Amino acid sequence: MKTLTGVATAAAFAAGLALAAPTAQAAGGEHPPLKTQNWTFEGVFGTYDEAQLQRGWEVYTNVCKSCHALDYMYYRNLEQIGYSEDEVKEIAASFETEDGPDEWGEMFMRPAEPLDPIIEPYENDAIAMLANGGVVPPNLSVMTRARDGGADYVYSLLLGYEDSVPEWVLEADPNFELAPGKSFNSYFPGYAISMPQQLFEGILEYSDGTPATPQQMAKDVSAFLQWAAEPELEDRKTLGRYVLVFLVVFTALLYAYKREIWKDAH
Amino acid sequence: MSSTPNPVWSNRTIKWVDRRLPIFSMMHRELIVYPTPRNLNYWWNFGSLAGITLVILILSGIFLAMYYTPHEDMAFASIERIMREVNYGWLVRFIHMNTVSLFFLVVYIHIFRGMYYGSYKAPRELLWGIGVLIYLVMVATAFLGYVLPWGQMSFWAATVITSLVTAVPWVGEDLAIWLWGGFSVDNATLKRFFSLHYLLPFVIFALVFLHLWALHTTKSNNPLGVEVKKPADTLPFHPYYTMKDAFGLGVALLVLAFFVFFYPNYFNHAINYVQADPMVTPAHIVPEWYFLPFYAILRAIPDKLGGVVLMFASIAIWFILPLLDTSKVRSGRFRPVFKWFFWILVADFIFLTYLGAMPAEGIYVTMGQWATGYYFVHFLVILPLLGWFEKPLPVPESISAAVTAGHEKEAAA
Amino acid sequence: MSQAAHPAGNGEGSSRRDFLLYATGAMGAVGTALALWPFIDSMNPAKDVMALATVEVDLSPVDVGQSITVVWRGKPVFVRHRTEQDIEKARAVDVATLRDPQTDDERVIKPEWLVQIGICTHLGCVPKGQKPSDPKGDYDGWFCVCHGSHYDTAGRIRKGPAPLNLPVPQYAFLDDTTIRIGEE
Repeated sequence: MKTLTGVATAAAFAAGLALAAPTAQAAGGEHPPLKTQNWTFEGVFGTYDEAQLQRGWEVYTNVCKSCHALDYMYYRNLEQIGYSEDEVKEIAASFETEDGPDEWGEMFMRPAEPLDPIIEPYENDAIAMLANGGVVPPNLSVMTRARDGGADYVYSLLLGYEDSVPEWVLEADPNFELAPGKSFNSYFPGYAISMPQQLFEGILEYSDGTPATPQQMAKDVSAFLQWAAEPELEDRKTLGRYVLVFLVVFTALLYAYKREIWKDAH
Repeated sequence: MSSTPNPVWSNRTIKWVDRRLPIFSMMHRELIVYPTPRNLNYWWNFGSLAGITLVILILSGIFLAMYYTPHEDMAFASIERIMREVNYGWLVRFIHMNTVSLFFLVVYIHIFRGMYYGSYKAPRELLWGIGVLIYLVMVATAFLGYVLPWGQMSFWAATVITSLVTAVPWVGEDLAIWLWGGFSVDNATLKRFFSLHYLLPFVIFALVFLHLWALHTTKSNNPLGVEVKKPADTLPFHPYYTMKDAFGLGVALLVLAFFVFFYPNYFNHAINYVQADPMVTPAHIVPEWYFLPFYAILRAIPDKLGGVVLMFASIAIWFILPLLDTSKVRSGRFRPVFKWFFWILVADFIFLTYLGAMPAEGIYVTMGQWATGYYFVHFLVILPLLGWFEKPLPVPESISAAVTAGHEKEAAA
Repeated sequence: MSQAAHPAGNGEGSSRRDFLLYATGAMGAVGTALALWPFIDSMNPAKDVMALATVEVDLSPVDVGQSITVVWRGKPVFVRHRTEQDIEKARAVDVATLRDPQTDDERVIKPEWLVQIGICTHLGCVPKGQKPSDPKGDYDGWFCVCHGSHYDTAGRIRKGPAPLNLPVPQYAFLDDTTIRIGEE
C-alpha cells in the first residue's frame, strides 16, 4: 500500500511540474475561443479522411497556392492521400517547374514530375514581399504544428474575418485602428492580418460534388494542412497503440514478477 | 565488498578474460551481489531510471546526427527531412525530444529525494557534488540541443542565454562575440553548439560513472538514513532491485510512449516550427519547462548582472548543501519540522516553474521575487537554524530492527 | 539466480516464479529487438532517395545511331539506339570465344535499344563511345581510355584488361518509347 502511495505522489509531483509548464499564453490581446471542430485525426484512434484531404488539396491549389508554398513536400506525397500513380503524374504535369541548365547553359521550363518538389509561388522572399505588401506569406506545410491550436486555429482564422472592427475590440482598445491594406481577423495576433479574406461562396466546385461552402472549404483545407504537417500521424498512432498495449502487459508482468521476488524479503 | 568473494567462473572464456581483466567479477560484485539496503522505496528508482534515460537520449541522438545538418540555411529543412523522408525519422526525433523532458523530470525527483532523505550528508558529500555537476552539464547540453532545430524559439533562446555573459563586467561584450564566433548568433554559433551538444552527453556519461563509483563506495542511503550495519540490513541488488527498477522503467516507458506517439509536441513550443528569423522576435520567449524555475529567478532581479548571478547561485547552492544542513539526523522522516519546510520548498519550486511561464509583468514579478527570496531563505537560513532548534524523533538502531518492528505493528493491527 | 535467492521456495511457488521469469524475459528480449528496428531502419535509404531509385527515360528523341547518357543512382547509364548493322555485328559473334559469354539477346529487351551501366568493369572509369566524335574501340562499341578495354556493339568485353561485360541494369518498357530503369 505504501509503495502505491509513493508511486501516486510521484505521479502527482510529475504532473504538477510538467503540466504547470506549457500553460498556453494568448499573444497580443483577447481573442474569441477557437471554433473547435471534430477532426477525424484526433485521439488515439485518429485517422485521416482521404476524400477530405483531396478536397483540401483542391482548395490549396485553387486558393492558397498562388501565395503560399508547401516546402519540403513533393508531388509524389499526394499518393499518400489516395491519388493513384497516374493521377499524381497528371497533377504534377499540370504545373511547370524550372530545370536546367540545358546544353546551351539556359534554364528552361518543363512540366513537373511526381519526384519534383511542389512548386513555390515566388522565386525568393524579396519578390514575395513585393507582391504582398511587405510580408512573406508563410510556408503552409508545417503550419498546424507551428501555431497553438493547430488545425482549429487555421480553421478559425480562415473564417475569422470581419468587415469592420467589432465592438469588443474597441471596448478593450478605443484607439484601435486597422492599418491600410490590412484586414480584420478575430484570431490573428494583433487582429490586423495582411491576407484578405479568401473563402467565399461559389469560388470553386469540388470534383466530388460536395457543396463548397466557406465552412466546408476551411475545414477541408485545415485537415489537408494537418496532413501536410504530420504525414506520419496515422503510422504514428497505429504503432503507438501496439506499443502501449505491449508496455501495459509487460509492465504488469514485471510488477507481478517483482512482487513474487520480494514476497519473502519483506 | 570483502565479504563477498569473487565467484568461480565455470565458463572457460569468462575465466580467461576475468583473470586478466576482472570485469566479470566487478560486474558480479557491483550489479548482482551488491548489498543494497532492504528498505529502499520507489523514490530510489529514479537514479537508475535517469541513467537509462541518458542512454536512450544518446542512442537516438546518434541516429539523428546522421541526418541533421548544422547550417543556418539547412538545419530546419534537414529536420523536416528527418520527419518526412527518413525511415522512422519522426519516431527517432520524437523519442529524442520527449525523453529530454522525462530525463529532467526524473532527475528533479532524484534531486529532491536526495534532499528529503539527507543523501548529501557525510560520507556522501562528494557523491552529491558530482550529482550537482551532472545536473549542470545536463542543463548546458539541453540548451545547446534546443538551438539545433533552428526554429524561432531556438534562435532567440540562443540569443537571450548567450547574452547573459554580456553581464560580466569589462569583458562581457568580447566574451559574447567569442561565444558566437560572430557579432550575433549565426552559422558559426550553430556549428559549435552542434559540436558541443554531441560531446557533452559523453561527459555526462563519464560523470555518471564517477557518481556510481562514489555511490558504491559509500553505499546507498535509505529512507531511514541509518547506515547498513549487518547483512540482515541488505538484499542483493539482483534480483531484488533489478526487478524493482525494471518495473519502474516499464511505468516510465509507458508515460514516454504516450507522449511520443500521441502528443509528441506537447512539451514543445509551436513557434519553434517557424524557421529562425534574426529580424523578428516572437511575442513570448519561454524556455523549455525544465528551465522555468531558474528562468523565474533570473527575471526576479531587475538588475542584469544580479539576475544572472542569482540564477547560477540557485544551483550552485546545492554544492554546499552538506555544509548548510547542520542537523545530525540524516533522513527527513525523523525530522518533524524539516519535513514541512521540505514540502514548502517543493511547492516553491513548482510555483517558480509556473511563474517562469508567465509574462514578466505586474503581479508575476512580485510573486517571482517572493518565491525567489524564499528559495534562498530555505537554504541559507532555515536549514542551518533547523539543525539547532529542531528536536528530531528517535532514530531506529538499524534497518532490520525497523523492518521487524514494522512487521510486528502490522501483525498487531 | 532466483533459486540462489530463494532456497526455501516450494514447488508451486517456484513454477509460478519460473513462468513469470520466462514471460518477462521473453517480452523484454522481443521488445528490445523491436525497439531497435526503427533505429536500424533509419539508416536505410530515406524515402526521397528511394524515390530517385527509378528513372523514367523518354527514348523518342533518340534517333537511330544516337546515344544518350542518363544518370541513375549516381551512375551513368548508356542508352544506344542501335543500327541494323550494330545488331547484326553483335549477333554474328561466336559466343564461345567471348571472355564473358553472353548472347546479344540476353543483353537487350528490344534489339534496337541497348541499355547498360557505363562503368568499365576493370577499375571503374567511364568508357568513351557515347558521342559521335568519341573513339569507339576496335569493335565499334565503347573504348575505355584508362587502361584500354574495348567493348563491342552489345557492350561485351572483347579486348583489354576488363573481366566482364558492361552490366545491364534492371529496366522495363512502359510503352514503345519509354523505359523505367531500376524496376523489373
